[in-house]
Amino acid sequence: MSSEWPLWEVFIRGQHGLNHRHVGSLHAVDAEHALRNARDVYTRRHEGLSIWVARASDIVASSPTDDGPRFAPDDARIYPHPTLRDEAGTP
Amino acid sequence: MYAQLVKTSRAKAPEEMSEQERAFQARIDRGEKIEPKEWMPEEYRRTLIRQIGQHAHSEIVGQLPEGNWITRAPTLQRKAILLAKVQDEAGHGLYLYCAAETLGISRDELIAMLHSGKMKYSSIFNYPTLTWADIGAVGWLVDGAAIMNQVPLQRCSYGPYARAMVRICKEESFHQRQGYDLISKMARGTPEQKAMAQDALNRFWYPSLMMFGPSDKESVHSAQSMAWRIKINTNDELRQKFVDQTVPQAHYLGLTVPDDKLAWNEDKRAYDFSEPDWEEFYAVVRGDGPCNRDRLGARVKAWEDGAWFRDGLAAHAAKTRGAKMAAE
Ligand SMILES: [Fe+2]
Ligand SMILES: [Fe+2]
Repeated sequence: MSSEWPLWEVFIRGQHGLNHRHVGSLHAVDAEHALRNARDVYTRRHEGLSIWVARASDIVASSPTDDGPRFAPDDARIYPHPTLRDEAGTP
Repeated sequence: MYAQLVKTSRAKAPEEMSEQERAFQARIDRGEKIEPKEWMPEEYRRTLIRQIGQHAHSEIVGQLPEGNWITRAPTLQRKAILLAKVQDEAGHGLYLYCAAETLGISRDELIAMLHSGKMKYSSIFNYPTLTWADIGAVGWLVDGAAIMNQVPLQRCSYGPYARAMVRICKEESFHQRQGYDLISKMARGTPEQKAMAQDALNRFWYPSLMMFGPSDKESVHSAQSMAWRIKINTNDELRQKFVDQTVPQAHYLGLTVPDDKLAWNEDKRAYDFSEPDWEEFYAVVRGDGPCNRDRLGARVKAWEDGAWFRDGLAAHAAKTRGAKMAAE
């Protein structure tokens, strides 16, 4: 009989002032259970000040096949990057 | 190692590869990490499932020999340390199961394969922990050997596995230290305690050497795994490193390594040592070690005894969800 609990992704804020970061996943029946398990599995050594859990099935991700065009540095659009470059592309 | 017998074929030569395979290998050669949803050769995926699965199962079954002593730890402090250590091992198993699941296998399938004997766990956990000194030997030698293997795997090519290894390695050094501390207290204790420490070393030395898997001469097909960077060092390289690190520690403790061939070799700047009994190793892997039936029996029993609880939690969650929906 398979009645596997749903999968949750776990995000932890390690220190004041930092973003929550993905640390791993776990199985739990509901959100409350997922939070409790996350505490035991991922913060046994005070690694976190705050935990987020999200059902893995609710996360929308870009598909890897899109990665090329979507994330390739766009050479024509240098202005969003913090270093100012001249037209030759040298900083 | 924790995955002792993961065989792959010989490494494919570039001209035998498809375009896609060549691009994949080039990414690995550049040191890029492979992530779950990206294209990978089927054999890479299957090998990793076996390797990470065996590794996860080893962490989980590895709780049993130590769990055996939690209620009998000699002091409250030792008991607290051992509890924390065993809890860590459960955590390691969970990190690794999750990493394996990113490759498209479910937790239930993994557990079913462990319970049916289709998937293995490390041979080392089929040896009994007969005395309290064995708990020291396990931390010192078994966790020590595990670290040798896991540190390089932090740089392996599969992202989720590498990241799980980073977390695990942070915790392993505590495991090894508490074991060394425990056995050093006994080695410097009463003559009876020292004898227990020596006896533990005698029994755990060769099984620890077996943890690295068969000798490189024994046709271990790991060339493909090394090309894919899911295996970083050969079995013999790691075994040598382990011996070179551990022998001086044993000397320092005044304990004798049970090997009359053990000698420092100035030319290779490393120790010469006897290989373990490989017949025994294969017997243990086949299921005929001293504790195989016990260990697997305990795992299956824990899983079956917990079924009512898992079902209860799931039923409660479904009921609460239903009530919430009705209220909306
Ligand atoms: Fe571990
Ligand atoms: Fe450990």
